[in-house]
Amino acid sequence: MTLRLDSLGQRYGEQVVLHGIDLTVPDGQLLCVVGPSGCGKSTLLRTVAGLQPAYEGSVSIDGTPVTGVPDQLAVVFQDYGRSLFPWLTVRDNVALPLRRRGLPRAERREQAERILERVGLEGAGRRHPWQLSGGMQQRVAIARALVCHPSLLLMDEPFGSLDAQTREDLEDLLLEVHRSDGATIVFVTHDIDESVYVADRVVVLSPGPASHPVLDLPVTLPAERDQITTRGLPEFVALRAEVGRAVRGSEPKAPAHPDPRP
Amino acid sequence: MDTGAAGGAGGCGAAVNGTRGGGPKPATAAARSRSGGGGGGGGAPRGGATKGAGSAWRHLLLRLAVLVLVFAVWQLAAEAHGSVYFPPPGRIAHHMYELWFSGPVRRVFLTDAAVADVLPSLGRMAAGFGMAAVAGIALGVAVGRSRRAYALCNPVLQFARAVPPPALVPVFVVVLDLGTQMQIASIAFSAVWPVLINTAEGVRNTDPLRLDVAAVLRLHPVERLWLLLLPSALPRIFAGLRLSLSLSLILMVFSELLPGSANGIGFTLTDAQSRSDLPTVWAALLLLGILGYLLNTALLAAERRLVGRGRSTA
Ligand SMILES: Nc1ncnc2c1ncn2[C@@H]1O[C@H](COP(=O)(O)OP(=O)(O)OP(=O)(O)O)[C@@H](O)[C@H]1O
Ligand SMILES: [Mg+2]
Repeated sequence: MTLRLDSLGQRYGEQVVLHGIDLTVPDGQLLCVVGPSGCGKSTLLRTVAGLQPAYEGSVSIDGTPVTGVPDQLAVVFQDYGRSLFPWLTVRDNVALPLRRRGLPRAERREQAERILERVGLEGAGRRHPWQLSGGMQQRVAIARALVCHPSLLLMDEPFGSLDAQTREDLEDLLLEVHRSDGATIVFVTHDIDESVYVADRVVVLSPGPASHPVLDLPVTLPAERDQITTRGLPEFVALRAEVGRAVRGSEPKAPAHPDPRP
Repeated sequence: MDTGAAGGAGGCGAAVNGTRGGGPKPATAAARSRSGGGGGGGGAPRGGATKGAGSAWRHLLLRLAVLVLVFAVWQLAAEAHGSVYFPPPGRIAHHMYELWFSGPVRRVFLTDAAVADVLPSLGRMAAGFGMAAVAGIALGVAVGRSRRAYALCNPVLQFARAVPPPALVPVFVVVLDLGTQMQIASIAFSAVWPVLINTAEGVRNTDPLRLDVAAVLRLHPVERLWLLLLPSALPRIFAGLRLSLSLSLILMVFSELLPGSANGIGFTLTDAQSRSDLPTVWAALLLLGILGYLLNTALLAAERRLVGRGRSTA
């Protein structure tokens, strides 16, 4: 799916959050959006998801303007814990997107168990979300997004509550899914290293109000990536520095390194 | 005992706030250490659970003890006084047993009087409460789902709820005449408001993020109702049902007190009063108390089964 934003603007009442965003994400691209807290990244994703109408400009998918929630869309919400249904088991939560496929219940459950295994939650399927830790809940939300092989995937800081090891595993899982399914992915993160490691392209947003892209950087790393070697490449270091400068430069008072965990 | 209650509440709170992780753990730990007592335990949640169960038992015993104490004082006071107007509870219980529960085994010990008076009362109450529950939940969902409908209907609902239900009974007597229909209608019409208002409120307060999730998942309206709106509103729905249940009991008795009713517990009450049969009056009162208690307990048990697991709605 090709995603196109045309001079998109968004506001809440009088407060202008996004202004003049022109962005085309070609089919199958993994775009990382980086920007300071409160600049409007979540708002951008909600607008793309059709959950909030654009205040000005437009969003279109494959040439058709987005008016409601598009088909073949999956979203990992930033507030992942609240986005799960506590009265359903983990497995039933993950199987929810398969309902619109009209699959029989047993098949839905089996697919849910398979994807749970891939995010490292084998055996948790019968528990309820509130019986899991924050990081586990986050992986449930990720599993729910991946289970239906969406062609447009929006992820709002999906790895925020994970430990370094799990986080790296899931970054690799995302790359693997992206290679095999070829989905268009918009991935929001605070973590500059992570953005360069997973992305085909990184866009840095300026601080609000009226946030807009200040850097649009193609990531020219080889498609095959590896946590140790890729992160050691001189090119990786150079790209990371460039994104870091854009983020810092765009912050008014330039605090220390941006905190990946809000 | 207080510690037991606090421990229970702490555990519950942990489930409630458990969405973000981190926060709830210290709360549970604190509750556990406060419940003190023996056994360091492995520190696993299991330890907390068994202690919770233990204090729950102690709590139950204490409640029973208070109940027994009240009845003992009543018994002694009534015996000492020896008034015919205030028979001791033992005599009342015995009279109640003879009146209604000394029947043959094949009729589960119910006497003819019980079949003639207690069962019709219960039947009418079940019919009225059932209708109120179904209509209240259905209308409540309809009103609560749309912001406009809620804004439009809320004043009417608040008004309907504010009218004391027994005051409506004369209206039903005129419209429907005396009899079972009128009685069921008064029960249903009085009991419907609490369920309706609470269901509407519960549905309206569904987490907006979860509504977004439902939109992204493209849930069918029926699936959305069944998987999201009703489960979110369930605690409120049960709060409404509990209010409606007690109203149903009140209206059941009240509608049978009217001159011209032919049977029922309320009828037994007025009938016995006109014959100055005080033991029967007291027996009917005791029976009503027991019925109300049992019905409420059954509803609470149903609530615990259905709502308990999804308590983290926040
Ligand atoms: N529902 C809302 N009503 C009013 N203002 C809002 C609402 N949601 C967000 N905002 C405002 O819009 C701005 C952008 O919010 P948004 O959540 O999109 O930021 P973000 O970039 O996702 O931040 P973070 O990185 O902290 O998640 C903030 O200033 C916030 O105060
Ligand atoms: Mg955000």
